[in-house]
Amino acid sequence: MDRASVGIMAFLAVSAAAVTVAYAQKDAAQDSIEAYREALQDGNPAELYEASGEELWKTPAGPKAASLERCDLGLGPGVVKGAYAQLPRHFADTDRVQDLESRLLTCMQTLQGKDPKPYIEASFTAPPKEEMNALAAYISGQSKDAPIAVTLAHPKEQAMYELGKRMFNYQGGPYDFACATCHGQEGTRIRLQELPYIPSAKGAAAGWSSWPAYRVSAGQMWSMQWRLNDCFRQQRFPEPVYTSDATIALSMYMAATANGATMKTPGIKR
Amino acid sequence: MKHFALLAAALLALAGPALSQTVLSQTAGWGPGADDAAFSRMLASSFKGKGVATIDRLTQDETQAFCSNPVLAASPAAAAQRQRIEAANMATVKWPSDGQWLGDWKQGEALAQSGRGNTWSDKADTPNGGNCYNCHQISPTEISYGTIGPSLTQYGALRGQGEETLKAAWAKIVNAKASNACSNMPRAGHMGILGETQIKHLMALLFDPKSPVNAQPGPTK
Ligand code: HEC
Ligand code: HEC
Repeated sequence: MDRASVGIMAFLAVSAAAVTVAYAQKDAAQDSIEAYREALQDGNPAELYEASGEELWKTPAGPKAASLERCDLGLGPGVVKGAYAQLPRHFADTDRVQDLESRLLTCMQTLQGKDPKPYIEASFTAPPKEEMNALAAYISGQSKDAPIAVTLAHPKEQAMYELGKRMFNYQGGPYDFACATCHGQEGTRIRLQELPYIPSAKGAAAGWSSWPAYRVSAGQMWSMQWRLNDCFRQQRFPEPVYTSDATIALSMYMAATANGATMKTPGIKR
Repeated sequence: MKHFALLAAALLALAGPALSQTVLSQTAGWGPGADDAAFSRMLASSFKGKGVATIDRLTQDETQAFCSNPVLAASPAAAAQRQRIEAANMATVKWPSDGQWLGDWKQGEALAQSGRGNTWSDKADTPNGGNCYNCHQISPTEISYGTIGPSLTQYGALRGQGEETLKAAWAKIVNAKASNACSNMPRAGHMGILGETQIKHLMALLFDPKSPVNAQPGPTK
């Protein structure tokens, strides 16, 4: 069963059992089932974001009036096909391990002459981040069905992976939560939401290969940075800075653990 | 948060040398790249305080630091350390000031349902929920429950209301690490998430014979 049909099954289970739940809850559950069914019938709405991301990629912008078409996502300038499946990776020009979104900021700065600051600081629903989410939808779509191939060949990649593994287990805050609290056991859920067991290849693949994703309940296109941001919120942590090393380290840990699995991006989620 | 501050004094600060030495020497498994200085630098540069979620939340107390290395924490070699951490957490548990264990189960149910509080999108005056249904099956009428913790359905009906039983449940809610050093359950009382009155309501949800948690299981009509 693919993830979409697992999702539908979950929603059907909710609707079957919802009889016993309070009315307000029942209505909310049924509303989101309806929305989910509709969205699936029309195809993944992420396609619309992919189209606008492609346009953003190809349209000259910024002080240098340049497009992003010469951006090197790791496979050489301008190569988009398959690039997302090999991120994060070390880039010689910045001497940093970068995920897709931090790499895009580098290209916007160097090729287009844009200041990355407003992109970093904007909320996820503000226009600068809408650009990032659309670009992430487009570029990740160009790796759909590609095998995840993240090597830890460079020492900085290896270091980032280890930092990510440690971050994953780092407890803090008033609830003592770490990523591992919610994603560290096989087969658990929060309320009815299933939680991937990320330290396993299968769980990491479930999480990593399906984001960026269109979220039906919110009607929004979420990048992996946004996904992580919201998990840190639930973790009761302070807010991770957009494209900060902690977020890249976690992505490196997940991507490397998921190595070999097939990209299903952009995904669709409840 | 009183106890938190207290413990924090004895603690391993974010970039503190104490943490570097203890944790690193025990965690060769993390790999050379995750050395403590690099990890501290990463934490310091990666987060910003937002609303109630201030940056000091990254500073670990002893329990959190110990449990952040799950392989070590679960190892036989760490048995004594686990016991010491449980004892330190147990020492923070205060029993109900008036000797009454049980409040109102209906208010307990509302608290168990609510997952509000303490995120950066919550207001400082948002009343905290208990988050209990996020992790536990509790009342059989609520089908939207999580499974990180065990089912608490029939809790009182199965266990009765003996003093030891009441104390164990009370201590679990006040400070889950008192009996299990690296429990995944938050320390609701110890961390100031819930107060004594609210904990009594939750106790009633678990133990009151009238609470749906303890309803006779039987064929539904
Ligand atoms: C308090 C609980 C909690 C914590 C802590 C938490 N998460 Fe999550 N996470 C969730 C829930 C719930 C979902 C599913 C959300 C949904 O279905 O909308 C989720 C979803 C995810 C997904 C997508 C999974 C998928 O299959 O679509 C990833 C990846 C992820 N989390 C990673 C992390 C990482 C990394 C951390 C630590 C920074 C973390 N989470 C911390 C609760 C948590
Ligand atoms: C993030 C997950 C989580 C949350 C939130 C949570 N618990 Fe737990 N709880 C657990 C886990 C895991 C265990 C089992 C391990 C242990 O005993 O420490 C547990 C154990 C318990 C036990 C002991 C069960 C037994 O076998 O006797 C009780 C009682 C309990 N929880 C009550 C609550 C109540 C009440 C709340 C809400 C205030 C709550 N829990 C919130 C995870 C959670």
